[in-house]
Amino acid sequence: MEYFTQQLINGLTLGAIYGLIAIGYTMVYGIIGMINFAHGDVYMIGAFQAMIMFLICGALGLTWVPLVLALMLIVAVIFTAAYGWTVERIAYRPLRGSTRLAPLISAIGMSIVLSNFVQLAQGPRPKPIPPVIRGGFQIMESDAGFVVQLGYLQIVIILLTVGLMAIFAYLIAKTPLGRAQRACEQDMKMASLLGVNVDRTISQTFVMGAALAAVAGMMVTLYWGVNDFFMGFVAGIKAFTAAVLGGIGSLPGAMLGGLLIGIIEAMWSAYFTTEYKDVAAFGILVLVLIFRPTGLLGRPEIEKV
Amino acid sequence: MSAAALAMADPDQVSLLKVDHLTMRFGGLLAIDDVSFVARQREITGIIGPNGAGKTTLFNCITGFYKPTVGRLTLYGDGRPAYLLEQMDGHMIGKKARVARTFQNIRLFAGMSVLENLMVAQHNKLMLASGMTVFGLFGLPGYRRAEREARDKAVHWLERVNLIDYADMSAGNLPYGGQRRLEIARAMCTDPVLLCLDEPAAGLNPRESGELNALLLSIRDEFGIGVLLIEHDMSVVMGISDHIVVLDYGRKISDGAPAEVQRDPAVIRAYLGEEEKE
Amino acid sequence: MATTQSGAAAAPTPMTVALKEAVMTAFLIFMLSFLMIGFETQATQGQPLSYTTRFAAIAWGIILVPLGRILMVYDRFGRPLPALFGGGLAFLYLFGGAVVALAFDILVIPFNDYFGPAAGAAGIPLPFADPIIDAIFGLGALYIVIQGVQTIRRRAHGELTLEAREAKEARGSQRAKQLSLVLGPALLGIALVLPFTPWGDRVMVETMTLILTYVMLGWGLNIVVGLAGLLDLGYVAFYAVGAYSYAKLAVDLDLSFWACLPLAGLFAAFFGVVLGFPVLRLRGDYLAIVTLGFGEMIRITLINWQEFTGGPNGISGIPRITFFGVPFDRSPEEGTESFHTLFGLEFDSMQRILFLYYVILILALITNFFTMRLRRLPIGRAWEALREDETACRALGINPTNTKLTAFAIGAMFAGFAGSFFSVRQGFVSPESFVFLESAIILAIVVLGGMGSQVGVALAAVLLIGLPEVMRELSLYRMLAFGAVMVLIMLWRPRGLLAHREPTILLHRGKARARTRKSEATA
Repeated sequence: MEYFTQQLINGLTLGAIYGLIAIGYTMVYGIIGMINFAHGDVYMIGAFQAMIMFLICGALGLTWVPLVLALMLIVAVIFTAAYGWTVERIAYRPLRGSTRLAPLISAIGMSIVLSNFVQLAQGPRPKPIPPVIRGGFQIMESDAGFVVQLGYLQIVIILLTVGLMAIFAYLIAKTPLGRAQRACEQDMKMASLLGVNVDRTISQTFVMGAALAAVAGMMVTLYWGVNDFFMGFVAGIKAFTAAVLGGIGSLPGAMLGGLLIGIIEAMWSAYFTTEYKDVAAFGILVLVLIFRPTGLLGRPEIEKV
Repeated sequence: MSAAALAMADPDQVSLLKVDHLTMRFGGLLAIDDVSFVARQREITGIIGPNGAGKTTLFNCITGFYKPTVGRLTLYGDGRPAYLLEQMDGHMIGKKARVARTFQNIRLFAGMSVLENLMVAQHNKLMLASGMTVFGLFGLPGYRRAEREARDKAVHWLERVNLIDYADMSAGNLPYGGQRRLEIARAMCTDPVLLCLDEPAAGLNPRESGELNALLLSIRDEFGIGVLLIEHDMSVVMGISDHIVVLDYGRKISDGAPAEVQRDPAVIRAYLGEEEKE
Repeated sequence: MATTQSGAAAAPTPMTVALKEAVMTAFLIFMLSFLMIGFETQATQGQPLSYTTRFAAIAWGIILVPLGRILMVYDRFGRPLPALFGGGLAFLYLFGGAVVALAFDILVIPFNDYFGPAAGAAGIPLPFADPIIDAIFGLGALYIVIQGVQTIRRRAHGELTLEAREAKEARGSQRAKQLSLVLGPALLGIALVLPFTPWGDRVMVETMTLILTYVMLGWGLNIVVGLAGLLDLGYVAFYAVGAYSYAKLAVDLDLSFWACLPLAGLFAAFFGVVLGFPVLRLRGDYLAIVTLGFGEMIRITLINWQEFTGGPNGISGIPRITFFGVPFDRSPEEGTESFHTLFGLEFDSMQRILFLYYVILILALITNFFTMRLRRLPIGRAWEALREDETACRALGINPTNTKLTAFAIGAMFAGFAGSFFSVRQGFVSPESFVFLESAIILAIVVLGGMGSQVGVALAAVLLIGLPEVMRELSLYRMLAFGAVMVLIMLWRPRGLLAHREPTILLHRGKARARTRKSEATA
């Protein structure tokens, strides 16, 4: 029981990170109907920028943890958002309305470009940083002496995720930006006839997705404490799985899917074998798509003939 | 009422498709509500009704794109078993029951040539002849003959719908009227017993729709098949239909010969609105 | 970027627009590069992560890119001369300087440390320490020049109307057709004779063997993606199945390559059916992601199933290829023949390499022949019809699942053949060879070539596999260039290099026939 609780906590933390990345996939898929293959790499860049900001803080002699965290967060978000914007502008916008495969290929190309750019600019080696937030609450202790710990960092991650979700839900539901986004999702041509600036709305979607990916990147930098240029691929796939699992196009779905994937992965590693934990994630993806292609919270689609 | 009467009046006309208590529900929306009618061989059955009356949904049920919520769709044929369409997979309705259809928003294989569109329509026959590809791979004579026959049939239909000069052009590059005609030719290449046409005259000019009338009548008379026709163009429907079914809000409000239907107060109400209110 | 419509109130002058866009570009470059390029993190064993700064490079970027932007704005306003001259000068200086510096470097300084201050060594002051970056900026300048040239050309021929643009597209398709007709036999001819030309040395033949492997994979995947329109991102899984099938069969059961080849194909096709059956109903993008998942699952299984696959170390000591049973050994065992003794030749290790080359050439040609043949059969037409419109296919009585499954299985079979060739050539297989990137490369070959175009696939394979092999010296930039080429070709030609589709059956050959038929019909 204690062991289970610990894994649940770990899984939720991991899941919050996946969920934040998954939102980027789900928003982009919702609005332009394509898999933004480079999103995982944008997340990786977010992690690197957060890490570099952490180093800069160290060099500037800033040691007050909340300030360091805030700086990492803000800087990573802003600078990574620029990447999100650029990727859309270069690789996707010119191909809008082209064949279905063209943007996907250019997205894969962009993903290769980004990861190799980071490899060139920052070197191929994994980059370790020391833990910033240590310690935590001891929630339970079993008779055998196994201590269930809820780390402060885990609390920060989960609170931050919940906060961001709330902000996002507000943005999408209540602001003109969210309205424009939802309009574009329904019918891009009609939205543009009604005066919605479609290009700008799509750009904003990418920027928002990249910003959330940057937050996820910052969290993962703190949580695992090591970044490398290749980290975006697997995380991206898992986050996409999460988006599909939750129902692509649905923001709460993405978060729910992320949490589920995180928990499943933690449990699988704990009770079966760590080697096949990625297989578990992919296996779930396949099962979901076969038995419930609309995902858990997705809207069912009626085929129009 | 009239369905039974007509069938008795003209013993040559055998019922082909029997729709019994068909109901189709999407969530809370009742798209088709307990519709029953009979379509007969050698007849053009017009299906009319205001927008949103459930005409295309009816087609989608008949051709297997939707599974009806309730109801039975029986397809009869001379010398072959009756098929229960609501229990068949979409593609089996085309393959075994031989129901062919066209689409409201034309669905051609736009990137393929006009002739290829008609060859694809004969897929199942050719597939058998090519021994599931194996014989065809070695170019055995049996397959070669079958392909020649298929081609001749395609040419026959291209000549009939006046597209023979465009045979090698991409179907997507045909003018609109040509695309409509090609879709009918493609459906006919599957040797159907029931042809379902979803607004074939939409977007045609008067001359073209006159030609379409002639084509449909000739199909009916020559092949003795049944035609189900959804159409808004009243000159087409009233001109060539032998029998008309009127739907409104998913329910059948009238059923009979064109002249009868035109006089039916329920139909007039549906099209022109309630007059008693004034 | 499209000029923002600020209303007709004040017509923007080139100067204001250029300044505005230059400032925006400078800002963007700063955002993109400040952290990622400005700070280079260094992980040294046993020490905390540290960084060094590279602000000079950023400064140059912030100066040069907006300058280019200004040239392009003027060009957009119909003043291409600055673009021509400014861009031209920048191109000559940056690219030329970089080439000189690189050449100097490669010739003078020992091979592997030319990432030092090579420019200084050559005595040319270039903005970036790494000449390759200078060269990339030079190419950017070249792009500006090309834009300028196009503006001038447009001015000479006038703006394109819609009809003119359509006609141009039709001409492009026609040109692709003609090019395919010429290029196909030409490439085949080159492939056949190349080993006997003076360029056909060992490295060349091995590179060509590699290219042909990808050509074969591309043609195999073309069935799935190009013809049937199924987006398969896990194609490498079948390649892996083929490779491991041969490795296991040859090592454990002592079967020869020629016995294993069909078996490997069958196994891969079987996997294709098993994996494809549950998922082929899915919509395009979902199918893509599921196939990607399958690819990764097979790779992870290969890594972790130690007893069967040898885990991350793979399987080594796979028997070499034989000349239909006769080995290519230097000194055959007593009483057996070797290839060179059989034909009374001197032993030469090139014999085996050449044999391998022709084996893959023939395998690839079989794939091509088979595909071309299938395309003209009912199944091939059904594939293409399915790609165009699945709903219409169903209405015509075509079983979509079975039709897709055959495409998937046949595509997988060819990957299986290619896989067993891969393992007989390497003599060693490990999961590292079957990563997602391989699938992406094969897919890129298919799409860049122009989907469905066989010659296009071959051309794209030469470009995407051959060029990086040639550029091996620039190894660090290889994958970056690879990704960039994928993006750029898609932007330039979204339908692929040689996009052209020839109908599988023709009624009229040429217009004369059409006319006679017409007169017959009217008569």
